[in-house]
Amino acid sequence: MQILQQLINGLSLGSIYALLALGYTMVYGIIKLINFAHGDVYMLGAFWGYYMINQFHVGFWTALIVSMIFCAIVGVVIEFLAYRPLRNSPRIVVLITAIGVSFLLENGMSYLFSSSPRDFPQAMQMVRYHFWGISISNIQILILVTSIVLMILLQLIIKRTRMGKAMRAVSVDPEAAKLIGINVNHTISFTFALGSALAGAAGVMIGLYYNSIDPLMGMTPGIKAFVAAVLGGIGLIPGAALGGFVIGIVETIVQALGFSAFRDAAVYAILIIILIIRPAGILGKVTREKV
Amino acid sequence: MKKNLKFNAIWLLIAIAGWILINVLEGVGIIDQFAENTLVLIGINIILATGLNLIIGFSGQFSLGHAGFMALGAYAAALVTQAIPTPGGFVIGMVAGMILAGVVALIIGMPTLRLKGDYLAIATMGAAEIIRIIIVNLKITNGPAGLYGLPQLANWSLVYVLVVVTTIFTVNFIHSRNGRAVMSVREDEIAAESMGINTTKFKVAAFVFGGMTAAIGGALHASYIQTIAPNDFGIMQSINILIIVVMGGIGSITGTFAAAILLGILDMVMQSFGALRMVLYSLALILIMIFRPKGLFGTWEFSVKRLFNRKKKAKEGA
Repeated sequence: MQILQQLINGLSLGSIYALLALGYTMVYGIIKLINFAHGDVYMLGAFWGYYMINQFHVGFWTALIVSMIFCAIVGVVIEFLAYRPLRNSPRIVVLITAIGVSFLLENGMSYLFSSSPRDFPQAMQMVRYHFWGISISNIQILILVTSIVLMILLQLIIKRTRMGKAMRAVSVDPEAAKLIGINVNHTISFTFALGSALAGAAGVMIGLYYNSIDPLMGMTPGIKAFVAAVLGGIGLIPGAALGGFVIGIVETIVQALGFSAFRDAAVYAILIIILIIRPAGILGKVTREKV
Repeated sequence: MKKNLKFNAIWLLIAIAGWILINVLEGVGIIDQFAENTLVLIGINIILATGLNLIIGFSGQFSLGHAGFMALGAYAAALVTQAIPTPGGFVIGMVAGMILAGVVALIIGMPTLRLKGDYLAIATMGAAEIIRIIIVNLKITNGPAGLYGLPQLANWSLVYVLVVVTTIFTVNFIHSRNGRAVMSVREDEIAAESMGINTTKFKVAAFVFGGMTAAIGGALHASYIQTIAPNDFGIMQSINILIIVVMGGIGSITGTFAAAILLGILDMVMQSFGALRMVLYSLALILIMIFRPKGLFGTWEFSVKRLFNRKKKAKEGA
């Protein structure tokens, strides 16, 4: 029973990582950039949700959707201002720019709103359900179900719509995509909008789950989510989801075993071992280099 | 060797002249305690970034774990100098840290350097985090609180000398036969391999060399600041070193120097801005990257040799 309980805790934490990892993996798939600012978009989402609930007294679902829209806009603006001028630069330069954007968001928010944590409003009464010796809260169910619904929606957008087809085309070969009339810049903006919206949703849900938000809250989950994306095979949507769940579960199990000090070390150790055994991640295909 | 001796000697003269200049400025009072502090931090950053530039810029392997090796050097030096608080103790501690970092770099590098690009970056980042977490949980390192009240055995002269020594070693390594092999791995791994270069060996060699210089930087950091904690050596520290390398120009040691000095001065000037400092710093970072994506110097290198040859040519032409 204890294991099942940890599995449930791990799944709800993992679904947050998975939502974030999806944003990383989509952006990476399309412009080969580790978007370090992604974790901070998640932070902005949490703050926007906090603001909406406190100032306008909207319900949780409205806050969630408004935050997603807000983060989508933020993501598109960041891409337009910071990454688009560097479209043809070496990748490491774009990476440093992304780190710069991440610093700017973290420090700008600390400067404007102070870096001390604040309580996220209880937009939803927490109810705990007990059955078969397991305890699960309605918020955990909400996180899990919302994440899965969002992931299914994302999969539908990517597989069934014209824009999704364009995204897949650009990620395979941007030049060829341009030749057949796909507007590459629009497609990249759309990718950022989708990924950032997911991060915004994750931010609001984590605010509700942990009851506390601060300007630096995006740093560690951002890095963990990127690890999740690499673990599953970067650039692959199912890989990111799988990686997120794996990391969430590993973390909670290591913690439950009483090694909470080594929780992060365990995550990184698993990452390194998997990369050495399968250099392209769990679901990634190893491509042979042709000369 | 003999041909290069002349130019190495000229570099040595330049270095000595720089040392005298700083000493004189200090004597006159232009450089106060605060400025000297900045000078030392710039020097430590140069050592750290030169090593990382060797890994990223010359062997083309993207490492995000430099702070891990820095931590090893810092803790080794701190622990030894706590037991033996003499300059000799510092040397023993630094060398011990270098050996430790070299061995750990070898252990990490052997398996992970098979990975490419971002996978390698994330694996090295993970390895550095594991080092940090182990330090947090060890008794001897005093856990998350870290070590404090260390004897201050490093001063700016020592930092200056070590900057000169590591730079000469690194540059001579790059210009050696082995260094050319390392660069060939960066240019095209398959072509290098087909020319009979053991690519794994040279990648690991550059990684170990870089790790050992990071340990020197870490040892100086511990001994100058006198306080170290595991959180000083997190991902942010790795990223700060990476920023210096990229801003100066990947594959340019001159650029690394310039960027470290520029960022050090920027940091000193902006101390008075308080909380706004980091906001301005990140804005500056983004703008420099957007308007000078190749870094300050690209791959351009200042070279006494070239300066001489040009003069000689001009003479011959006349």
